[in-house]
Amino acid sequence: MTIEIPTPLRVYTANQSAVAVDANTVTEAVSALLARYPEFKKHLYTPDGKLRSFVNLYLNDEDVRYLPQGEESAVQPSDTLSIIPSIAGGGLAVQAGAPSA
Amino acid sequence: MRLSQQVYDALREHGEQTYPHECCGVLLGRFTSEDGRSVNDVEDAIRAGNTRTDSAHNRYNIAPHELVKIQRTGREQGLDIVGFYHSHPDHPAQWSPTDFAEAHWIGCSYVITAVEKGAARQTNSFLLTGATEDDKAFQNETIEVTGQLDPGLEPELKADIA
Ligand SMILES: [Zn+2]
Repeated sequence: MTIEIPTPLRVYTANQSAVAVDANTVTEAVSALLARYPEFKKHLYTPDGKLRSFVNLYLNDEDVRYLPQGEESAVQPSDTLSIIPSIAGGGLAVQAGAPSA
Repeated sequence: MRLSQQVYDALREHGEQTYPHECCGVLLGRFTSEDGRSVNDVEDAIRAGNTRTDSAHNRYNIAPHELVKIQRTGREQGLDIVGFYHSHPDHPAQWSPTDFAEAHWIGCSYVITAVEKGAARQTNSFLLTGATEDDKAFQNETIEVTGQLDPGLEPELKADIA
């Protein structure tokens, strides 16, 4: 399958925007990516091994978090796994005159 | 960062149209560098929906599934996600602490347009620099607007670019 690498993380994949891996599940795919590019790991996972809250994994158009099997979901060679950091912002509404976000 | 007058106008108009709510969108283009500094060359601004309907006047969020689609569209055109934009209704075009905390696309440009009473004012761009979440920083960057059909036509727009 193909793993799409977002622009900020390509520095850890020798500038490749997509990486092909052999895998049967999402977990196997991520493991294969990390085995090839160990530097990638700290950007995806917290020191205690949890997927960082701002990192989203999408299997084709589906959020892996909401798939019935989650990261154990089966994948096909034609599938694409996208790693997508979130885009958001916000102001401190409680503080008068605070900048909005 | 560099963009055309057309794209620049489009992202500012988006903020006027969603006023008093925040608009947000994605900038597709190419990462380039000139004289050792990185210049994000923007080809297109893609409008995104603000999912923060609960607090859209001072929050913005782009749904990840929308980002996945925009990233794919870009790929098909040979373009990368090089930045994002959003508006600050009735607030200065400066990033907020939350904007910074929730900025994770290192190397990308974060463009903010102040929209005052429905009219776009200052537009600023901040480059997210650093290597990790721990040492990231927002750096002011100049916005170079290219392809102005008649540079003398709209002096107030040029003043906003500074
Ligand atoms: Zn903001």
